[in-house]
Amino acid sequence: MQIVLIEVLNGLVYGMLLFMLASGLTLIFSMMGVLNFAHASIYMLGAYLAFTISQFLGFFPALIIAPILCGALGAAIEIWGLRRVHHNGHTAELLFTFGLVFIIQRLVQMTWGMLPMAYRVPPSLDFPLFELYGANFPAYRGFMLLVSAGMLLGTWLLLKKTRIGLIIQAALTHPSMASALGHNVPFVFTTVFAGGCLLAGLAGVIGGNYQTTEPGMADAMGPIVFVVVVFGGLGSLAGCFIASIIIGMIQTFAVVIDYSIADLLRPLGVVLTGDTLLTELLTVPVARIGALLPLVMMVAILLFRPRGLMGTRDA
Amino acid sequence: MKYRWLILALIVVAIALPWCFYDWTHHRQAGFLISMLSQMGMMVILALSYNMLLGQAGLFSLCHATFFGMGGYATIHFLNGAGDGTLPVPMELMPLLAGLSGLGVAILFGSMATKQRATAFAMITLGIGELMATSALMFHHFFGGEGGVTTNRMIDNSLFGLSYASGLQVYYLILAWTVIAAALMYFLTLTPLGRMANATRDNFERAQFIGYDPRMVRFMQFALSGFFAGIGGGLYAITYEIVTYDALASSLSANALLMAYIGGTTVFGGPILGAILITLLQSGVSLLSNSWLVYVGVMFISMVIFAPTGLAGIIKTHGPIRQAGRLRLLVVPYLRLTIPSLGVLLGFVGLVELMSFLTIGAAQGKKLVLFGGPVDVHAALPWAISGICLLVGGVWLRFEAAGFHRVWESLSAEVRR
Amino acid sequence: MTALSLRDVRKSFGPTEIIRGITLDIAAGERHCIIGPNGAGKTTCFNLISGRFPITSGEILLNGERIDTLPPHKINRKGLSRSFQITSIFHRMSVFENLRCALLWSRGYRYSFWSPLWRQKGLNEAAEALLEELNLASRRDVLAGLLSYAEQRALEIGMTIAGGASVVLLDEPTAGMSNTETDYAMTLIRRVTEGKTLLMVEHDMKVVFDLADAITVMVYGQVIASGPPAAVRANRAVQEAYLGALEG
Repeated sequence: MQIVLIEVLNGLVYGMLLFMLASGLTLIFSMMGVLNFAHASIYMLGAYLAFTISQFLGFFPALIIAPILCGALGAAIEIWGLRRVHHNGHTAELLFTFGLVFIIQRLVQMTWGMLPMAYRVPPSLDFPLFELYGANFPAYRGFMLLVSAGMLLGTWLLLKKTRIGLIIQAALTHPSMASALGHNVPFVFTTVFAGGCLLAGLAGVIGGNYQTTEPGMADAMGPIVFVVVVFGGLGSLAGCFIASIIIGMIQTFAVVIDYSIADLLRPLGVVLTGDTLLTELLTVPVARIGALLPLVMMVAILLFRPRGLMGTRDA
Repeated sequence: MKYRWLILALIVVAIALPWCFYDWTHHRQAGFLISMLSQMGMMVILALSYNMLLGQAGLFSLCHATFFGMGGYATIHFLNGAGDGTLPVPMELMPLLAGLSGLGVAILFGSMATKQRATAFAMITLGIGELMATSALMFHHFFGGEGGVTTNRMIDNSLFGLSYASGLQVYYLILAWTVIAAALMYFLTLTPLGRMANATRDNFERAQFIGYDPRMVRFMQFALSGFFAGIGGGLYAITYEIVTYDALASSLSANALLMAYIGGTTVFGGPILGAILITLLQSGVSLLSNSWLVYVGVMFISMVIFAPTGLAGIIKTHGPIRQAGRLRLLVVPYLRLTIPSLGVLLGFVGLVELMSFLTIGAAQGKKLVLFGGPVDVHAALPWAISGICLLVGGVWLRFEAAGFHRVWESLSAEVRR
Repeated sequence: MTALSLRDVRKSFGPTEIIRGITLDIAAGERHCIIGPNGAGKTTCFNLISGRFPITSGEILLNGERIDTLPPHKINRKGLSRSFQITSIFHRMSVFENLRCALLWSRGYRYSFWSPLWRQKGLNEAAEALLEELNLASRRDVLAGLLSYAEQRALEIGMTIAGGASVVLLDEPTAGMSNTETDYAMTLIRRVTEGKTLLMVEHDMKVVFDLADAITVMVYGQVIASGPPAAVRANRAVQEAYLGALEG
């Protein structure tokens, strides 16, 4: 039982991190119809920038500066890149962000090298927050929860209380109307894209020392974030939130479950023998296929509910 | 068939090339060349089959390597079966079985992915690609886990009595299948399905109101493209006698996209050009530079922004001017573009190489060697020279490009009249 | 004999009801025009009949068969074809290819990936004949996206009738055309819809009263009058709601 409690908290931390990434992606997609493939690359960039800044100024300035830099980069990408290919259609925009993945990936390797960075949790947050039945919950994870909850609140306030937020909301529910709005649509596009990148950068800052800051982190995170967005339903922020938490929990719990399907079948009198693909599939412990579960879930939801959990429209 | 002679010439070159570099004094084949040509053959099939989706049906797929890889894994098992005598299929027909394996997998995944189009389709295929790549690392049956699966291609069953012991024989097998697959894919563009794939790409809604179900068109095109990708994978398995996770990893899917797009998706032969070019770069530049992927990435992005029709598309736009006999008027403007372009190229390559040697190169203990001499990456001079090259070249290029654009516009206007 | 009939068809987008109970019968071989002010729901009505949007309630019958639950391509295969107000063609394919594609299904090619198109003599001849009929033969190999506006409209009509549908829906085929272009387009429409049932949305009253055997007037998602042109012209409600405003 004690393990479950701690793991729920851990799952929540990871889920909120996923949501920070996925929400930016969803906002950009809803507004512009573009899926930003480079989103996870911005996340990686956020982590690297935070590492470098924290070496000179410390962690907390980095927490502010790195996301802003990522947001500025996002604005630049939108103004000088996406806007130019916009008239060639969505596929061109997708291809453009796909190309960015390559370039950012390589630039990061060229600037910081191939080895993992020594980006560590700041000493002021490096202590166990509380102890539950002998298991520690690090203060830094509590801090991550705090930051992501703050971000959630901030985004919510922005969407509800500001003019640009209202425009974005309108675009979320009535995508075809967004283009017909008399507002400065290019400016709204830039803002949304920059905002999404800012969130990704923030996720990178707090995720970089929670996981490891290394050149493969974008490739590891990217597919999971896309799975979250598809699973939650393209364009739905609520679905995106639920999916983030579900997948965060599943990924966290999978690691500690040492049972396989065969173990479930055993009480029913089914005993597996032999060494075939089927028995391998059934006897592999859940812990080993943790990385596979979100992908399987995505395929499953596509089979039974092609629009995702809360999706209301096709792309 | 306007390009009959070009195609014929290409095939003759492909047949003759290994003998042009034959080492007559030692009676040895040029191994590096043959393995590069073999790689090209597979990549041509992969890129062409990818373009059945991207160029012809407007589908941006990110799991194309899945079908290539599954064709490869299946072929390893087929070859093992043939080796112990349980599968009496001659070597020459193995790629066909590989194609059918690719087709089967494509039917399975296509039935899910092709329900959607555009962005949603791209994301679903991304998920499918990751699913298969992750599975390949995890399961030992069929995929062999991280080590992959191996075989021996000398199955002693050939229609022509060949042993396939040498790389050259395998290369000719690849060449034959590449020609067959390319011809079949070209044929497909001239059938009702091929045309309706174009139609759903341009306007899926209209396609519905002339009686076609766009989902079905997408599905069939997807399945068929999986078939051809499977053939490519089969040839891969036969060549290397080992198939690992790399054959269905997302980086190979990305490669298929790069080859097709850079070569040109609007012309049937574009992906062939792209596959040859990228394979050359891969085997040439990757030996010289750590950062060849940066160059490919930048090339790709520039094409997306400035030349969405790809290289073949650029060549094709010269057609009307050539027919009017005015092509030589473009020689001087092109030459004027060359010098600033070289400047930009030099500056950019210089900066990228300096930067990568500062980090990656240093970690590998290599030294940057440019123009025959070692370069100190910590000195200011090489950085300054590269930077100036890039800046001056860039400004100059903008100026020249505007001039080129004027000449081009007036020429095309003249030709149109 | 009724070719197309709508029975109390309703359509809501969210809480707003756009089509508020339309009942309409169109006889086989009739040329039927729908008129009405902007926002009356004419185009929406076309979208419902052709299956582009699902209806909220009611029934739509084509030759006595219910079609309101079918997807667009199946409705088309049953012999109902439509054009679009905003030109909808395959812009990156040649004019000839556009027409050939529009002929494919009705000629039984389905999803064939084994029959080479260049060998299909009957199909190609039909496409060439259609080119002639539309007066587009000189533009045969031009990409459809590069045609002039009037040519694109002609191509759109050609693609709509190519499959030999018995019921043809044309959505403002002359919108945005000059007088000469309109005359030309109307001659073309008259010719190619000979013997078919035609349902057409049109704003040009001259065209409407020239062509139509019957006219339906829609206002705010409802039919306020339907019948022969003379009767509709005499109808007071129509005069008040629509015609009067135009003529006065």
